[in-house]
Amino acid sequence: MATIRVQTEAIDVGAEIAALTAGRTDIGGIGSFIGTVRETAKGRRITAMTLEHYPGMTERALSAIAADAAGRWKLLGCTLIHRVGPMAPGETIVLVLAASAHRHDALEATAFLIDWLKTRAPFWKKESFADGRAEWVDARETDDLAAARWGPQ
Amino acid sequence: MAEPAPIRLLYFAWLRERIGLGEEEVALPPGTATVAALVAWLRARGPGYEAAFGTTAPVRCAVNQEFAALDAPVRPGDEVAFFPPVTGG
Repeated sequence: MATIRVQTEAIDVGAEIAALTAGRTDIGGIGSFIGTVRETAKGRRITAMTLEHYPGMTERALSAIAADAAGRWKLLGCTLIHRVGPMAPGETIVLVLAASAHRHDALEATAFLIDWLKTRAPFWKKESFADGRAEWVDARETDDLAAARWGPQ
Repeated sequence: MAEPAPIRLLYFAWLRERIGLGEEEVALPPGTATVAALVAWLRARGPGYEAAFGTTAPVRCAVNQEFAALDAPVRPGDEVAFFPPVTGG
């Protein structure tokens, strides 16, 4: 039911929504989260963001997160696509789509999926700054708190 | 007697950079039965390993592609990965 993908190519949000809904008339709403590269970090301008991941474990982790969401809400489909490699400010890093007959399931599942993805999927961000330096991004305690509000696995 | 299967070690993000490689296979040292014991052995392998593991910065681990705690068992043939807390999304 879930579309899970890690890719270096740009994410085409419209095409992914079309793929999720193709031939379906039972869907009443689609929740979406589109994560994009912000141009500043800690007050400094970044020139690029590079995403690294753990091939194999990433797909397993994303599939487990999608399966967990399907057990909590009535979903008719979901899409988790994460980009890896170098990208520029403004580009899409991650796309989460959750389709359901009703909006509450779609919207809550979307929030859950991105909160859990941020704390349970093995991706790492490295920011490159205008002065030529590059730094790995530290995990945020607020992300753990956001994930914790959904309760234990 | 056949040699026990090696373990596959993977390093990501700044651990990979400090150690200088992303992946290697090693024979599990005798008596090394947990992630914590493996880390103690790795730290002594050289300055890059010490820089990666001898730090107060948090390091996470996965055994066979599942998140694992320091007291998790490690056996010959396992895939063990070390990385910082995840920052995707």
